[in-house]
Amino acid sequence: MTIHELPEAIGHFGPYGGRFVPEALIGALEELEQAHNRALIDPVFQAELSHLHATYTGRPSIITEAQRFAEHAGGARIFLKREDLNHTGSHKINNVLGQALLTKRMGKKRIIAETGAGQHGVASATAAALFGLECVVYMGEEDTKRQSLNVARMKILGAEVVPVTAGSRTLKDAVNEAMRDWVTNVDTTHYLLGTVAGPHPFPTMVRDFQKIIGEESRRQMLELLGRLPDAVLACIGGGSNAIGIFHAFIPDTQVRLIGFEAGGDGVETGRHAATITGGSPGVLHGTRSYVLQDSNGQTVESHSISAGLDYPGVGPEHAYLNDIGRAEYRAITDSQAMRAFDLFSKAEGIIPAIESAHALAGAMIVGKELGPEAILLINLSGRGDKDVETAARYFGIPL
Amino acid sequence: MSTPLDLVFEKTRAENRAALIAYIPAGFPSLEGCKKVIRALSDAGVDALEIGFPYSDPVMDGPTIQEAADISLREGTGAAEVFQTVKFAHEIGLPTVVMTYWNPIERYGVQAFALEMARNGGSGVVTPDLTIEESRGWKSAAENAGINTIYVLAPSTTAKRLGVVTSQCSGFVYAASLMGVTGTRTTISSGAKELVTRIRTTTTTPIAVGLGVSTRDQAKDVAGFADGVIVGSAFIKILLDAPDEITGLSRVSELAKELALGVRQGR
Ligand SMILES: Cc1ncc(COP(=O)(O)O)c(C=O)c1O
Repeated sequence: MTIHELPEAIGHFGPYGGRFVPEALIGALEELEQAHNRALIDPVFQAELSHLHATYTGRPSIITEAQRFAEHAGGARIFLKREDLNHTGSHKINNVLGQALLTKRMGKKRIIAETGAGQHGVASATAAALFGLECVVYMGEEDTKRQSLNVARMKILGAEVVPVTAGSRTLKDAVNEAMRDWVTNVDTTHYLLGTVAGPHPFPTMVRDFQKIIGEESRRQMLELLGRLPDAVLACIGGGSNAIGIFHAFIPDTQVRLIGFEAGGDGVETGRHAATITGGSPGVLHGTRSYVLQDSNGQTVESHSISAGLDYPGVGPEHAYLNDIGRAEYRAITDSQAMRAFDLFSKAEGIIPAIESAHALAGAMIVGKELGPEAILLINLSGRGDKDVETAARYFGIPL
Repeated sequence: MSTPLDLVFEKTRAENRAALIAYIPAGFPSLEGCKKVIRALSDAGVDALEIGFPYSDPVMDGPTIQEAADISLREGTGAAEVFQTVKFAHEIGLPTVVMTYWNPIERYGVQAFALEMARNGGSGVVTPDLTIEESRGWKSAAENAGINTIYVLAPSTTAKRLGVVTSQCSGFVYAASLMGVTGTRTTISSGAKELVTRIRTTTTTPIAVGLGVSTRDQAKDVAGFADGVIVGSAFIKILLDAPDEITGLSRVSELAKELALGVRQGR
């Protein structure tokens, strides 16, 4: 066999994506890909998932116009896609229920998950309870501290939470540990990855479970205003809530798609998690995309006040959308995000997740750029209950 | 053209025994300490060496190699130090391959990495997370540089895939004895022999078994059916646990001698 007869590389978005994993995982990834492909065209699966979304998640999620917050955003009209109102408090449940149904179909009894903010871990623990699956969640030790409320939630739901003490003790290390577990227990276990990163089919599959956000909101905007928004905004950790709301708008080339990465202390300080803005192409966790890395290809630790955005990688489809110019990516610093968090809470009576506050801070900038005629659609990816402690500390509110 | 690694397997096959291959991360326990370990391994009868490129996110590795990689990275090990270590091993006459996760190669430049390996006397590269579907560029770079491409196969690899992967392997085929990460195990899984038997039906390239081997008896066992026995975590654990450098080196040497006996007793 010559090199030209090798199997075609799969799951690519231009030069990004693919599958960079130990051979031991190939079987499981192929099985998952087939299960997903079958589910996509299986009306029974789709009906089951829709039923769950209607009766458990609370879909479709509503659209709220943020009139008072708009004053902080140059007077542009601002519409929020309320993923924070989903059961468990974020968009993560959309993907988790889809993958949990696939787990059942593959006959597996155990799920493992990584989590940063704990939202994906909570959603996974929730689905495990609902479907009677065993659930182990890997979480960086650092994150178990800053998101202790979510650790307790996962335990109440019956999941085992394993604090990861390797490396930077955050999301990236939790992914490493989950992958080691998966390599060892792949026969019985599904790795329920929480974002659009990782080896094929994860970036495609997770997007397929999240794109309902954009499909609903595109329809809702047309019903509400008879037109599409000028720009769609979302925060970027691994990129699942962003690709979820972007995807249906990709063919609408007049609609700008803008992702906001975690700028931490500022991209120029090196202490940030702005992977596209401040990183370079490389391979991490089984996929080729932008990565925060040094000259030897070692992953550089990311920094963000938001545990859910504190990741040195990003989904490959975002890398591709960036390179072809269909989407833009910008960085929002910790202090910009916290200012938006504060202003938004007081203007709208909604406490956003600090992750989502990055998109809100982005809206304050983009709104001023585009002016009062503009219509912005923002993915409010999660609610801020889990962040109350962090915010209280940040603003000096005694606990 | 044959690499020094190819020649080692010709020799061990002629002697009707398995080759003993030792793994150590470059820069562990330190840049100079690593060279001392390599010399001790060579003197004790190790046939070939696998030098690990320490990586920040080693998802195939258990706690022992993770710890060694962390120490090495803190020592500042990068591509330059890896190549320097390859050169050292080559100069003392030990056929050497590098084992590395894919990103350091991609970052260095695929062509450049292959050429630099060859220039420093390296025989080839083991790429545990480079799937065959993604390996086109690497395969041609390695062929161009005249070095071996070694891919890892797992017990779960399907019959159909086995042949595709082994057709791209040279030097040896790396058979992972079990589904899991690196680390010593008290027993060698029965899956190892079965996997080697399955691989044999697809290739005449030598087959080396890794993951979990740490004792003379295990080495003997594996040497009964494989062409090479790879030992890593056991050496690293000795070095991590040793009270001082001299004790560590002498214990590494003792184990290597035992294992060298083991690989000669399998058949
Ligand atoms: C509320 C919320 N938004 C966003 C994210 C970031 O993830 P992603 O970029 O995959 O949407 C998280 C992750 O934990 C989250 O909890």
